[in-house]
Amino acid sequence: MILKGRTVSRGKASGPALVSKEAISFLGGVDPKTGNVIEKGHALYGKNVKGRVLVFPGGRGSTVGSYVIYQLKKNGVAPAAIINIRSEPIVAVGAIISDIPMVDALDKDPVEVIRDGMTVMVDGTAGTVEI
Amino acid sequence: MHLTKEEEAIFNGERGPTLQKMMEILVALGDIYGADSLIPVKSAQIAGVSYKTIGDAGLEWISDLKGNAVVPAALNPMGMDRDAWQGMGIDRHFAEKQEHIIKAYERLGIKAECTCTPYYLERPKFGDHLAWSESSAVCFANSVLGARTNREGGPSALAAALIGKTANYGLHIRENRYPTVTIKVKEPVHGAEYGALGYLVGPQVGDGIPIFTLKSTPSEDELKHLGAALASSGAVALFHVLDVTPEQYILPHDRIDVDSRELDEGWQTPTRYFLPQNRIDVDVSAVKELMRKHEEPDIIALGCPHASKEELEEILRTLKGRHVKKEVWVCTGRSLGEKNQALIDELRSHGIRVLYDTCMVVSPAANHFKKMMVNSGKALKYTPSMCGVDTIIASTEECIEEACR
Repeated sequence: MILKGRTVSRGKASGPALVSKEAISFLGGVDPKTGNVIEKGHALYGKNVKGRVLVFPGGRGSTVGSYVIYQLKKNGVAPAAIINIRSEPIVAVGAIISDIPMVDALDKDPVEVIRDGMTVMVDGTAGTVEI
Repeated sequence: MHLTKEEEAIFNGERGPTLQKMMEILVALGDIYGADSLIPVKSAQIAGVSYKTIGDAGLEWISDLKGNAVVPAALNPMGMDRDAWQGMGIDRHFAEKQEHIIKAYERLGIKAECTCTPYYLERPKFGDHLAWSESSAVCFANSVLGARTNREGGPSALAAALIGKTANYGLHIRENRYPTVTIKVKEPVHGAEYGALGYLVGPQVGDGIPIFTLKSTPSEDELKHLGAALASSGAVALFHVLDVTPEQYILPHDRIDVDSRELDEGWQTPTRYFLPQNRIDVDVSAVKELMRKHEEPDIIALGCPHASKEELEEILRTLKGRHVKKEVWVCTGRSLGEKNQALIDELRSHGIRVLYDTCMVVSPAANHFKKMMVNSGKALKYTPSMCGVDTIIASTEECIEEACR
C-alpha cells in the first residue's frame, strides 16, 4: 500500500515502524545519547527510536527539541524516518537539519494504518509512504 | 509555495549544503503555515543562545554550519555576562561552552550582541518585515513599532539571517493583525503595574490579539513591560492600545466599525477603529493585589526585558545617592551600556551589579538565590520555573527602597 502526503524533509529511508498515538516532546522526552523514550507515562516509554520509522501525530514542548533530534542523529541513535499526521516546526526543523526523511498530511491516518513493527519505506522527496 | 529561480537553486543545493538546509527550513515552515512565497527581511534576531537552554545539541548544530548572515543579525541573551562571568558565580565549564556557542554564531557573521531588546540597536520602521525570535521583542516590534514578525524559533531565525528572507505567513500579512479581543481596563495603571496587568490577562488571551482600552497613557517602557508579560504568560505576539499604538485603526473589511461618538465615558478616541465583541474586563484591584505581596528578597533583579536608557536613569534617580545593601542586578544590552558609560559607572558606584548579555531568566547564576524581587511581569512568570526562586513583583521605586533597606 502506498500513502500519498507532503514532503517535509527530503531523502529515502525504511525500517520497522514505531507508532505512538501521543505527541512527542523530544526535549526531556527522548534521551539524546541512547534514543530511549524517557518521558514517564508516555505510550512509548522505555522503547528506543534508533533506526525505526517513527509515526506520531506531531511534536510538542520546547523548540530545543529540534536540536535534540540533531544530537540523536550525531550519536547514531536517530529514527530512520519520521511520519507525522500534521507536522509542526519543532520536529520539521529537527528532521531537516538532521537529514531525516519526513512526510506528513498523508491521505490515510498513519497512526491508524501503520502498526508497530511493520516495515515502512518513507520517500521524503516524493512525499510518499510505502507499507 | 512559489520559489524564484534563485531560491530554487539554493533549495537544490547549488550554493552549498548550509544554505540548502536553511532554504529547506524556510520552505517547510512556509508549507506548514500556507505561505505563498518568501519575502525579504530587514533583520534577524536569533534565540537559542544560552548554553542553559540549547545544551551540547544546539552547540553542535551551530558549529557545523558554514555561511554568512546577509542581513543585520543579533542574538538573544545568553547565560552570563561575557566579560564579567566570574563575578556572577558561573562555573568555568559553563563559561567555556557558552563562549563556544557565541564564537560559532560570530563565525556566521552574526553580532555577538546578546539582547532581548534589539530595537535599541536599530529601531525597525513601521511596516518592516523582520525575523525575530525573542517573544518580548517580537511583541514590541509588532505592537509598538508596527513592524511585522512572527515568533521565530532559533533555527528559522538563523535561516532568515543567512538567506535574508522568511516565509510570508502569519503576522507578515495585514489581515492577520486585526484585534480579536477587547480588554477594558477601567482605572489608570502605571509603571510595573503594566507588567502585572499583562501577567494576569495573558492566560485569558492565549495567542489572541488584544486591543486595550486604558484610562492611562503608557510610555514606551510601560508598553514594553505589558507586551513582555503578555507574551510570556500568554502567547501574545501582537497587541494594540487604543489611542496609543500605530495600528489601532486597521479595520477588517467584514466587520462594522464603531464611530467615536458611540463610545462611553467621553474618552478621546480616533474616529474609526474596531473593537471585537469578545471582551475581557480587567479588575485593577487584582493587579494592585499582586503587587502588594511583600516578603524580604535576597536579590532584586531589574532589566527584564533589558533596561532602556530611561529605565537606567530612573533607577539612578530613585537611589537618591544611596548605596544598596542587598544584591541588585540590572540587566541591559552591551551596546546600550557602552554608549552610556557614565550612567553605568554611576549605577555601579552605588553597589549595583550591571550585567550585559544576560538576564535573571536565562543565567544559571540566578539559581543561587531564594527570593527574588522584580519589576517585570515576564520575570515574575519565568524565574520561579527557570531558576527555582520565589518571585514577587513591585514597582521600580519599591525595588530600590527594598535594596537600600
